[in-house]
Amino acid sequence: MKPYLRFIAPLAIFAIIVGFLYKGLSMDPRALPSVLIGKPAPEFSLEELQRPGEFFTKEDLLGKVTLLNVWATWCVSCRAEHPNLVALSRSKDVVINGLIWKDDPVAARTYLKQLGDPYTSNGLDFDGRSAIDLGVYGAPETFIIDKKGVIRHKIAGPLSPEIINNEILPLIKKLREES
Amino acid sequence: MKTIFFALFLLFTGWSTSSFATLADYHFESEERSEEFRELTEELRCMVCQNQSLAGSDAELAQDLRREVYNMIKQGQTKDDVIEFMVSRYGDFVLYEPPLKPSTYPLWFGPFFILAIGGLLLGRTLMKKKRSREVELTDADQEKLAKLLNTSENQDS
Repeated sequence: MKPYLRFIAPLAIFAIIVGFLYKGLSMDPRALPSVLIGKPAPEFSLEELQRPGEFFTKEDLLGKVTLLNVWATWCVSCRAEHPNLVALSRSKDVVINGLIWKDDPVAARTYLKQLGDPYTSNGLDFDGRSAIDLGVYGAPETFIIDKKGVIRHKIAGPLSPEIINNEILPLIKKLREES
Repeated sequence: MKTIFFALFLLFTGWSTSSFATLADYHFESEERSEEFRELTEELRCMVCQNQSLAGSDAELAQDLRREVYNMIKQGQTKDDVIEFMVSRYGDFVLYEPPLKPSTYPLWFGPFFILAIGGLLLGRTLMKKKRSREVELTDADQEKLAKLLNTSENQDS
């Protein structure tokens, strides 16, 4: 081994390890890729929150670009993102639907009365079965679904104005142009 | 000292009973099915806590998924059916043991690769050491050596 190599080799290995560790610092271990992206949304039929007797089903998603927001009143981050959803619904750029994950309808109605209701339809997933079909592992989670009912993107965690402006709105625009 | 042992005892027994209690809620008609359920909940990851299995977690989602696994097994579905159900919704991450495929090759073979490099380096270093010890002596060297040995022997006596 040449003398300079003896010096450089450990340094290079060290640099590689530091590189991996540094990358690890900025990675979110909770941001998992969804296997459902590019796949049709699962079938579901859930009681509608505001219209008793009616059901929110997969058919309601077809023909338009929609957001499906998984939320609950017990979820603190959902409260944090709620004003952003309300603002997004005012812009009328997209239909926002909700899936209420294991929650009480009375609590959910009160919550929406107090904080504003950005949702077109809201399905009550009492036992969390539909959430499992969607691969939901935390709330809030937001799915972007195209006109054919195919899941195109998923955001785990609360929506911030940055995420809405940089990720969601450009994608919605693109999906709207698709037939 | 006694209190420490007692605390440790409580810690370990308390820990194991809590994880059994969650699984004991489920009853199966046969021992095999029950074993299948136990294996599955040990192999599947709780997506909320990430470093716990479904069997060991009390998170809401883990409870829901345990119920789902229970129902599937009750309905007579196989272990592979349950695993496919979970992977198709939550991805490979739901499995504690990642499947063997191109994107996981580094994970499976990386350690062996690094081990091989280490072995190679070790072998090379050892060979070099050995070679440097086995120095071939020329006739002139041998003569010189004999002379040196002789003189030292003479001096000693």
